[in-house]
Amino acid sequence: MTIREITNVLNAEVLTGEDKLDAEVFTAFGSDMMSDVLACANEQTLLLSGLLNPQVVRTAEMLDMQCIIFVRGKRPDAEIIALAKEKGIILLTTELTMFLSCGKLYEQGLRGGAVD
Amino acid sequence: MSTLSLHYTVSGDDFTRAGEASGDVKKQLKALGFPADVIRNVVIALYEGEINMVIHANGGQIDVNISPERIHMVLKDSGPGIEDIERAMQKGYSTAPENIRALGFGAGMGLPNIKKYTDEMHIDSTVGVGTTLALTVLVKA
Repeated sequence: MTIREITNVLNAEVLTGEDKLDAEVFTAFGSDMMSDVLACANEQTLLLSGLLNPQVVRTAEMLDMQCIIFVRGKRPDAEIIALAKEKGIILLTTELTMFLSCGKLYEQGLRGGAVD
Repeated sequence: MSTLSLHYTVSGDDFTRAGEASGDVKKQLKALGFPADVIRNVVIALYEGEINMVIHANGGQIDVNISPERIHMVLKDSGPGIEDIERAMQKGYSTAPENIRALGFGAGMGLPNIKKYTDEMHIDSTVGVGTTLALTVLVKA
């Protein structure tokens, strides 16, 4: 599904990357622990997290993830948004919890990707 | 391309900047045309190492040697050293304080992740002196 469709499903607000909303994603990973994202994420292109610091953006950068969704109404500060912009990563924020966000996206056909 | 050597100083007092060196290495490897999986393996290992330096060792030095066959990285710090390397290599074992976990790290996955994403890994650590991590990622045809 496209990032634009995801914003609709999660009623999410786009914080940066408005020009890239037609990008398509197939797999996602959700965690507040970045080491676990680095350990498990394999080709996933979407990251859901409730953690707010620049290392969330860095982690996505290292893994070539296109988009980060902040759950539970978390709003990154200007520094985090600027870093994402610099790295070309889309940032969204939704009021939904991690569980509901993942559930809704799964329901729409998004999957977890291979984990070895 | 023969070999390219890169050097970075990792600041120990600014967690928000941790990952800058890894980000730069990623950019360089991309520009040199290395395969995506090689780049990912290098930068994940390097990023975990960089984070470790900031969390545990008040920063350090990173040297990266890039050749067409392999990427070799040496991460050297003058931190407290690792008391029990065998335990530190176990998934989930962490000595990171609670404030680091709140930042999304300290899950005890750092060294296991580095091992997972590299072809060779050597740890040379002396308590009270520091730790040197030598990592190699091979470029397989």
